[in-house]
Amino acid sequence: MSVIFLLIAASTLVAGIFLAAFVWAVRKGQYDDDRSPAVRMLHDPSVPQPLSKAEGTLPLNEIK
Amino acid sequence: MIERFEYDNRIVKNFLFVTILWGLVGMLVGLTAALQLVVPGMNWTEYFTFGRVRPLHTNAVIFAFVGNGIFAGAYYSLQRLLKTRMFSDALSNIHFWGWQLIIVAAAITLPLGMTSGKEYAELEWPIDIAITLVWVVFGINMFGTILKRRERHLYVAIWFYIATWVTVAMLHIVNSIELPISITKSYSWYAGVQDALVQWWYGHNAVAFFLTTPYLGLMYYFLPKAANRPVYSYKLSIIHFWALIFLYIWAGPHHLLYSALPDWAQSLGTVFSIMLIAPSWGGMLNGLLTLRGAWDRVREDAVLKFFVVAVTCYGMATLEGPLLSLKSINAIAHYTDWIVAHVHIGGIGWNGFMTFGMVYWLVPRLYGTELYSQKLANMHFWLGTLGIIFYAVPLYFAGFFQSLMWKQFTPDGFLVYPNFLDTLLQIKTAYWLRALGGTIYIVGVCIMIYNIWRTVKAGRLVANEAAEAPPLENVSVTSESGHWHRWIERRPIQMLVLSLVVVAIGGLLELVPTFLVKSNIPTISSVKPYTPLELHGRDIYVREGCYTCHSQMVRPFRSETERYGEYAKAGEFVYDHPFQWGSKRTGPDLLRVGGKYPNSWHYYHMWDPTSMSPGSLMPAYPHLFENALDTSVTSKKIDAMITMGVPYAKDFPAKANADLQAQSQAIVADLKKAGVEAMSDREIIAVIAYLQRVGTDIKAKAPAGVAAQP
Repeated sequence: MSVIFLLIAASTLVAGIFLAAFVWAVRKGQYDDDRSPAVRMLHDPSVPQPLSKAEGTLPLNEIK
Repeated sequence: MIERFEYDNRIVKNFLFVTILWGLVGMLVGLTAALQLVVPGMNWTEYFTFGRVRPLHTNAVIFAFVGNGIFAGAYYSLQRLLKTRMFSDALSNIHFWGWQLIIVAAAITLPLGMTSGKEYAELEWPIDIAITLVWVVFGINMFGTILKRRERHLYVAIWFYIATWVTVAMLHIVNSIELPISITKSYSWYAGVQDALVQWWYGHNAVAFFLTTPYLGLMYYFLPKAANRPVYSYKLSIIHFWALIFLYIWAGPHHLLYSALPDWAQSLGTVFSIMLIAPSWGGMLNGLLTLRGAWDRVREDAVLKFFVVAVTCYGMATLEGPLLSLKSINAIAHYTDWIVAHVHIGGIGWNGFMTFGMVYWLVPRLYGTELYSQKLANMHFWLGTLGIIFYAVPLYFAGFFQSLMWKQFTPDGFLVYPNFLDTLLQIKTAYWLRALGGTIYIVGVCIMIYNIWRTVKAGRLVANEAAEAPPLENVSVTSESGHWHRWIERRPIQMLVLSLVVVAIGGLLELVPTFLVKSNIPTISSVKPYTPLELHGRDIYVREGCYTCHSQMVRPFRSETERYGEYAKAGEFVYDHPFQWGSKRTGPDLLRVGGKYPNSWHYYHMWDPTSMSPGSLMPAYPHLFENALDTSVTSKKIDAMITMGVPYAKDFPAKANADLQAQSQAIVADLKKAGVEAMSDREIIAVIAYLQRVGTDIKAKAPAGVAAQP
């Protein structure tokens, strides 16, 4: 059963990484705005595609 | 100032197409396995017996189908969410081809019987190393992309991808620590209970961090996109993420309830499993409520239909899972087809339908055209849904009924169904219905392939999609920790080396405790290492995937001790590299099979199971009678065992083959008495030796106070 210490250590290590990531995210203001990111991801503004590459087809991202 | 750049759609397309290809292959292999359970004649040759086909199926659908699905969705969404092209096209391609090579290697080695014998981690050590390397490439590519992003905020989907990468890396490394004896064979470093704990810590989190978190990331991207409305609550999605990843990692022991695992560890698994309901359902509701006010579109749009059922299946499976981890429910469900139904709600419901929705949404966009036929897509949806129902419902009944039959006693206290086979044959109809469900589901997939093929033909791949975005403001000035990032993000080679070093240090740190604590393994004095012949037999048992149908774990219930014998003790398994407790009983438990039948019974039974058990659904193993036992590796095997702390005498490896010969001669002599002329150099002799040994050490000397079973 001693392997449980290994698993607890490994799990805690990952939990620690996640905790650090969480603290980083909060400090960096990642969650200051919890409204606009959800809306912003919907918009992929269309850009005229170079004809040589896309044969004149438009990306359909704008077709919602 | 606006910067112009191009999204890499080709890599998305590549991953998407192999997702479909491997999905079809994996599901057909699954259908084969399902049919083998009712038509034993479908166990074609030694390479395609159920014990080898089942790992092929699970590996194909998890790592090839879902794996490539993750990469396709992540490569598409990462670029758009971060407003940049992937970090490196070269790394993208290495990732793609590396992963496909791994899949091909798996498809070749698993039918050949090269397996480490641990569920969902069967691949042998060279492939394990390849997986680690490709995973690191994926990580560098993903983190590199994150570092060069033009969007400061990391959308919640990206967090799910990050958690996936970090955790899968660790799980894979810790669970894959094994000692190779050749290029195709290794032994799990851990033994018995320890191996079981590591394996299910891995197994559970493979479900959590390979089948769940990355697909939640996909859900948070593609569902709002397809519905064209923001996720119901972004705040809830953030809570969903952090709560989920902190809770998931501790729930593994719920796969080992009533096993020889200590009670406190079992309870820990249960408690965390119950807590998981909250974030899981938060996520499900968040997904479904995103469609508030848009349900009329669900009626028309096949993509949304797929997503709705997928998210619902996610909710159902994540409620059922915690309930199954309650001991009283687990006592009924464990080892039965209930669990198979449960994982398929997750597999073909959640992962399958999320993938199909994503495919239907992505392909027209990648090819700058419309989907060829909405009607066919809707037809696929209904066939798929019907397939899920036909698959799962019969198996729920089958699992429940069979379990009750196992536990049923007459008023006089005898088992109503003392013959295990009777309980299996009762649910044969359910097995047929399950195969029917699988067939319907696959027909749906074929319709999708046709639909996608026509769509692709009508359009033209937008390989590089132009986009514009302003650069990240002040990126060189503000980020105090940004310097080394920026230094390293321009140097992929150094970063690769550094990452490898970091991963290696992590692996070593985790390895050291096991070296130190090896002496603490609890032992029962009567439990002795296997003889060389038994060890060979055990390796064949592992090779043939016997664990896919037979458990070696008698739980402490009267119904089980009556049927099988003394319940399992932790100390019995200390020399089992790997453990072979199994997770499903299509056949009876084998922990106490040692000494139960004469040698000749096993001999006839392995040649033709129906000769000893009329109606048996077990495959025949004629190749064990043809293949000569490879005794050239005997000393290597014993050496490996000694390295891992199994107490053989120092000079034993040299004498091992003499010991092996003596034991096989004795078995042959015993078979001769029963009128069987057997050849002593065949694999079957080793298998018989092992089967006669399993679980007998403790049987002979049951400690006082523990009633020995008749």
